[in-house]
Amino acid sequence: MPTLKIDGKDIAVPAGTSIIEAAKKAGTFIPHYCYHPGLSVAGNCRMCLVEVEKSPKLQISCFIPVADGMVVHTENDRVKEAREAVLEFLLVNHPLDCPVCDQSGECELQNYYMNYGLYESRLFEDKVKKEKVVPIGPTVMLDGERCVLCSRCVRFCDEVTGTHEMGIVNRGDHAEITVAPGKELDNAYSGNTVDICPVGALTDRDFRFKCRVWFLEKTSSICPGCSRGCNIEIHWNKERPYQTPNERVMRLKPRVNPEVNQWWICDEGRYNYHFIDQNRVLYPMKNNGKDLVQASWQEVMEEGSWVMKELQNTAVIVSTDVTLEDLWIAKELFIHKLGIQTIAYLPTKKSGEEDHLLRKSDKTPNTKGAQALGFEAKANEIFSLAEAGKIKTLILFGHNLIDLLGKERAQKIAEKVDSMVWIGSNQHEGMNLAKWIIPSSVYAEKDGTFMNYEGRVQRIFKAFPALGESKAEWQILKEWAQHIGINLPYENSSVIFEKMVQAESAFNGMSYQKLGEEGVLLNDSKDEGRGTMDDGRKKHVL
Amino acid sequence: MENDAAIGAYEYTCYRINNGFVKGIHLVNRKELTFLERIYIFEAFKGILITSTHFFKNIFLHTAHLLGFLKGQSAAVTIQYPDEKREYAPRLRTRHRLVQREDGSPRCVACMLCETVCPAKCIYIIAGEDPDPNIEKVAKKFDIDLGKCVYCGFCVEVCPEDAIRMDTQIMDIAAYSREEMLLDMDELLHPGSRKNG
Repeated sequence: MPTLKIDGKDIAVPAGTSIIEAAKKAGTFIPHYCYHPGLSVAGNCRMCLVEVEKSPKLQISCFIPVADGMVVHTENDRVKEAREAVLEFLLVNHPLDCPVCDQSGECELQNYYMNYGLYESRLFEDKVKKEKVVPIGPTVMLDGERCVLCSRCVRFCDEVTGTHEMGIVNRGDHAEITVAPGKELDNAYSGNTVDICPVGALTDRDFRFKCRVWFLEKTSSICPGCSRGCNIEIHWNKERPYQTPNERVMRLKPRVNPEVNQWWICDEGRYNYHFIDQNRVLYPMKNNGKDLVQASWQEVMEEGSWVMKELQNTAVIVSTDVTLEDLWIAKELFIHKLGIQTIAYLPTKKSGEEDHLLRKSDKTPNTKGAQALGFEAKANEIFSLAEAGKIKTLILFGHNLIDLLGKERAQKIAEKVDSMVWIGSNQHEGMNLAKWIIPSSVYAEKDGTFMNYEGRVQRIFKAFPALGESKAEWQILKEWAQHIGINLPYENSSVIFEKMVQAESAFNGMSYQKLGEEGVLLNDSKDEGRGTMDDGRKKHVL
Repeated sequence: MENDAAIGAYEYTCYRINNGFVKGIHLVNRKELTFLERIYIFEAFKGILITSTHFFKNIFLHTAHLLGFLKGQSAAVTIQYPDEKREYAPRLRTRHRLVQREDGSPRCVACMLCETVCPAKCIYIIAGEDPDPNIEKVAKKFDIDLGKCVYCGFCVEVCPEDAIRMDTQIMDIAAYSREEMLLDMDELLHPGSRKNG
């Protein structure tokens, strides 16, 4: 381990580490545009210049590996002057679009100018004009003038997705970022180019002008779009409903977790947030034979509680969209307290595309969790029993039977079953088959945990209160149990998690504190399936 | 001690030096009353004299107006609002307006800085995309709730496009309902377009 001195601080880092990474470890931030820990080193922005003693010129810290006995200065006058000059150079042709640019508030040019620039302008207005507002793909908008040519997006398309859509053409002042002729930036991970763009050259067409970034609140969460369980941040705003009527979540952003998704998320997950605020079931409903009418919680709980008492011929199908806490309460109530044998799990969505990077074919977040808690995948068995008229009560968690089984079969089952209870968050056609409809909250509205495909238990955090009268599934089951005289004494999800850890040996040693923001692997999960992102192309891709 | 009591109150005068910064505070002693002023009776008569001068002047002018003379001269010292309106100083912050481009569209690019800085939270903007790539972003909706506005002028100061100004010289902000206090973009672009605003 080479030992070096950064700004007078001694630090030992593994050989091969770059100075910028070593400085990060030593707690010194070196400003940079083109350097990204998930991409190869380009070394073209020159913003990370530092002075290395005994070397005649300033060095770019992203490219120079550390050496034993190296002495680095990141804050002396020479470095400061160089940074200021680099910023002046980068801003020569940069338009001052901040009022219209979506990156304003998150822009590194703005931030660095305030921190390291602040020079007297020597500018005469003769900026090089380039293309503005060019849609280069279904999700990304390009503004050539704002680009500082850091080439992060180009390297992302070359190295991470391997789709090679982007490139830099022309030279000098006229160098410009663009997509290859006849191509557009339409790979499954295109949204990430917007995240890594340090300035406002690439902006998200979905987010454009929807909300200024300084109005956004941020909550850590897990993407429920597939069983990978990518770490995300939910960016939401509740204070300004006139800006985006009846919409709280503005966008999703990836959160770095080196074990799961590194810096990236797929577009499928990124734009999978509209369901949080759209087509929600807001209050309990009752089917009067023709259509659904609003009912009170009291009504649903009281009239519906006979469903729970009549245990013979009751079947429950839990979904894999709900948290481990919800599933465990379901297990506690239906299997342990009521002794129902016909219980199974079933994903609410059909399986979809899978690739070498992040996407998994299982499009629900908690299938492994349902398996770990001992639920079986015997939903088809239950549906056959229902068709044969042997099921009187069927409790569904958000499933769309019409979508899963086809209209005929779904209707047949609905006719044969005396009462169907549907606990779910978003309206769909299949919901109308149920006799009782109980509104549940979505993942952004509750605390809990998901278990991803490799057995990693990760936390989701409540961002805002549930819409309408909806409640978390565990709360619904708890209240329901109360009506039939079963006490489940759990007040919040952390208590449930504690109890679950005590009851299930596989979860041994876990707690919300230990899970933190990065999650913990389940004890008995082997290495199987881990590292599937690696197709041997790039070593820094998992 | 006596001197202190005589000062009684301070008058602060801030005077400006060339670059506009306040240099210091200047202390001025209050003028002491003379003997005649202190015995009060002469001052009282002085007051009565001023009042009666106005009274007789007004009676004379009103009578003259009735007979059709001296119409050009005002017969009262007060301003007869709303028939007569006072001219305000141009720097006074009056009702807002949105500045237009040459083609009549608002100059506002919906950067939301005024909305962000507004201490009363009375500005509501919805941004939209402009077909012209050089403009790129426009305000689709721009409302100001005068019922909440405190006329601080921060929105004017913060605007990077000089799109909002408070120079309409319209000061009447009375309305019969809260809804009427809301100025929409059309009214902001054409100040005074609504009569009973």
